[in-house]
Amino acid sequence: MKKMKLVMVGNGMAGVRTLEELLKLTPDLYDITVFGAEPYPNYNRIMLSPVLAGEQGIQDIILNDIDWYKQNNITLHLNKKVVRINRKSKVVVAEDGREAEYDRLLLATGSSSFILPVPGKELAGVVGYRDIQDTNAMIVAAEKYKHAVVIGGGLLGLEAANGLALRGMDVTVVHLMPWLMERQLDDNSAQMLQSALEAKGLKFMLEQQTQELVDDGHGRVKSIRFKDGSEIPADLVVMAVGIRPNVALAESAGVYCNRGIVVSDTMQTYDPSIYAVGECVSHRGIAYGLVAPLFDMAKVCANHLARMGIAYYQGSVTSTKLKVTGVDLFSAGNFTGGKETNEIVMHDVTSGRYKKLVLNNNTLIGAVMYGDTKDSSWYFQMIRDGKNVAEIRDQLIFGQSHLGNAGSQGQNLAATMTNAMEVCGCNGVCKGTIVKAIKEKGLFTLEDVRKHTKASASCGSCTGLVEQILASTVGGAYAPPATTVKPLCDCTSHSHEEVRKAIREEKLISILQTMIFLNWNTTNGCAKCRPALNFYLLCAWPHEAKDDPQSRFINERANANIQKDGTFSVVPRMYGGITTPQQLRRIADVAEKYNIPTVKVTGGQRIDLLGVKKTDLPKVWADLDMPSGYAYGKALRTVKTCVGSEWCRFGVQDSTQMGIDIERAFDHMWMPHKFKVAVSGCPRNCAESGIKDVGIIGVESGWEIYVAGNGGIKTVVAQFLVKVKTHDEVMEYTGAFAQLYREEAHYLDRTVHYVERVGLDHVKKHVVENAANRKALYARLLYALQGATNPWSKENINAREFESLEI
Amino acid sequence: MNTWHEVTTLEEIPPLGARVVTTKQGDIALFRTADGEVFALLDRCPHKGGHLSQGIVFGKKVACPLHSWNICLDDGKAVAPDVGCTRSYPVKVENNVVYLSLA
Repeated sequence: MKKMKLVMVGNGMAGVRTLEELLKLTPDLYDITVFGAEPYPNYNRIMLSPVLAGEQGIQDIILNDIDWYKQNNITLHLNKKVVRINRKSKVVVAEDGREAEYDRLLLATGSSSFILPVPGKELAGVVGYRDIQDTNAMIVAAEKYKHAVVIGGGLLGLEAANGLALRGMDVTVVHLMPWLMERQLDDNSAQMLQSALEAKGLKFMLEQQTQELVDDGHGRVKSIRFKDGSEIPADLVVMAVGIRPNVALAESAGVYCNRGIVVSDTMQTYDPSIYAVGECVSHRGIAYGLVAPLFDMAKVCANHLARMGIAYYQGSVTSTKLKVTGVDLFSAGNFTGGKETNEIVMHDVTSGRYKKLVLNNNTLIGAVMYGDTKDSSWYFQMIRDGKNVAEIRDQLIFGQSHLGNAGSQGQNLAATMTNAMEVCGCNGVCKGTIVKAIKEKGLFTLEDVRKHTKASASCGSCTGLVEQILASTVGGAYAPPATTVKPLCDCTSHSHEEVRKAIREEKLISILQTMIFLNWNTTNGCAKCRPALNFYLLCAWPHEAKDDPQSRFINERANANIQKDGTFSVVPRMYGGITTPQQLRRIADVAEKYNIPTVKVTGGQRIDLLGVKKTDLPKVWADLDMPSGYAYGKALRTVKTCVGSEWCRFGVQDSTQMGIDIERAFDHMWMPHKFKVAVSGCPRNCAESGIKDVGIIGVESGWEIYVAGNGGIKTVVAQFLVKVKTHDEVMEYTGAFAQLYREEAHYLDRTVHYVERVGLDHVKKHVVENAANRKALYARLLYALQGATNPWSKENINAREFESLEI
Repeated sequence: MNTWHEVTTLEEIPPLGARVVTTKQGDIALFRTADGEVFALLDRCPHKGGHLSQGIVFGKKVACPLHSWNICLDDGKAVAPDVGCTRSYPVKVENNVVYLSLA
């Protein structure tokens, strides 16, 4: 079959990203031709500032070299501006007369600097700041001349000014408004920014309007004159007052434009054969200039060009970051406020920190941060989700991570860290490595950085720092990862919620069935989605969905915990932490018989046998004759107890028995993640109930139940859920909370993440306030657990899993 | 010429699963894809030596159980951006019998 022809006009980041996404989906659907007006292949426009500042060369910022086009059989025309589109005969024509036919046309013509219509704007030495040519002109000027003036105190203008200053020029920034970056900053933060930049040697003239650029008599600019008559010398004038979408080509072909090429949610223009992406488009009346939205568009456009037809672009909420070394700032939403809003402000001039949060009732609607921007994506997410923050309002200004985040030396200001300092304590990644990877590999998202450097890819406690580093390196191009409709994994565009809903409502009972129904784009998923689907199916359809061992992580397949050398660890249950001399004797005998190298007492009041060979596991279990402790599973782990009223002179409740009863009742319970419980017999809380998924504390008059605590990566104190009187009530409330978490949490979210997402009020509504609902939840849990048996018992062992073959 | 060793039958390897073969050259992992294709790799992840036979198999890849590197079953190469390669061995299936060559 003859291939269709796809022609792309414009060779920039949005367009080429579209081609990359398209080639991923269907590598062979089109013969592709690309026209680029510039002499370079696709480069990273965001990195023009480091090039200007002399930190990087042009070669370093090339994203797709010429070979990439060759390898993908793309015909590339560089230095060829397309001047005409003939929509009737479906042909584009370049300046030099070269023509190309198309079946589909993709316009990615980008934008240009807006040049102020003042006298002298055409003089030599007056440039915009948009491409390599502008940047080169500025670099050349910096070698010959002294005085530079940047018109425009916005994001781009300040980056240009900083670069020119680093190249040794005397730079003045002229700005029409009373403070810098007025669309992104309030007066306080702008003042702090200005002081920081003045300390770097930049000069500022605010509330100045340009009247004229003055000729030196040889056609070059020599000074700039303002409305008030004053004048300063200027050998180079950089116009950074805004950008305009390049629509002339589209308009001349009769494609409808209105401050950009108008596209629908499928990135289609008014001509169904013509698509458009990037800074040249107007989508729902908005033209975007940041990279993250452009990449979202690219994904959607590729989906339609590939004839899959299921993606929609619905606009993006954007935020701002500046990439001037040593300055961290962030803003998003409505940060100026109004009559109905109020503000929470923290301002410390000496330490250079400023935070302002704008709230409407109890919803965060805007934020500005200067200095410490570690929590910016946390705030950004709340702004986008419109989350009610009443519960955490008094803590809000201190950010998400003011409580014990381990692993990065307590650092929270990425800008003050040296390149040699370690950011990710799990994988040993320092700041310099991250910065280098971002610059050299052209990374834009947190996910990219995780893939390439492994920073923040393990426990995630350094995510805030990594985001800060990413933001200060790529600046305005950075947008925190989308959180509202995050797909479950790369195999699907559906979110966790959508998948769970389909499983429930369509009664899907196998992984394959689910993947087919939801149009998975892989035939058997990946290591991320299969375990999630397996759990979702078992949770929604107990006794009907069939467990798929091949979709479980090895630990749950082997019912033991894999160690770095491939051996396993075995932790038998000791209900409530109570054991007997007989059990201890058996454990000792097993350890000797199978040469188990390490026997360790765990933090959960049990005994861990480490270094067991996989082939020995069934024999070890048989000899132990104790049930599995699920220390390897996304399941109920331990129920930690203190000795309680049976022995302790302070104890007011029998916490040990309560712990044993809970551990027995909820044994074999698969969960989205591990689930830890503790029961203390008095408020002295010796079982550490405050940092457990469910923490129970006995008091004279009954029991207090706390939920969603965490003692791991992020130390979070459990929140009070309810106080009850009887033993049976403790069982019912605990079970109902566990079931709610099972039914609603995303796979691999701990209770702390789940409750943070849905809010404690939501949990109270379902578990505390609505008795019928609580009983129904509890009943569903008990039904799911009916008939569950010890996975270590002989009839449950799949011998093939543990035997090896030989030749 | 490959010297083929008879190892097992296809049914003994679970679909989307693996078996370990102990040999003089060390442990070798035999993988079976959903379509019944069989591949053999040295049972060591190029990253930190994780036992690939214990990983989750999907498509023609396996995710190492230690740190989730994805390794291609056909050539033993790590999926980008990770870099590394583990040794692969010739394997064939005839009349449901799986043969492995240590060449």
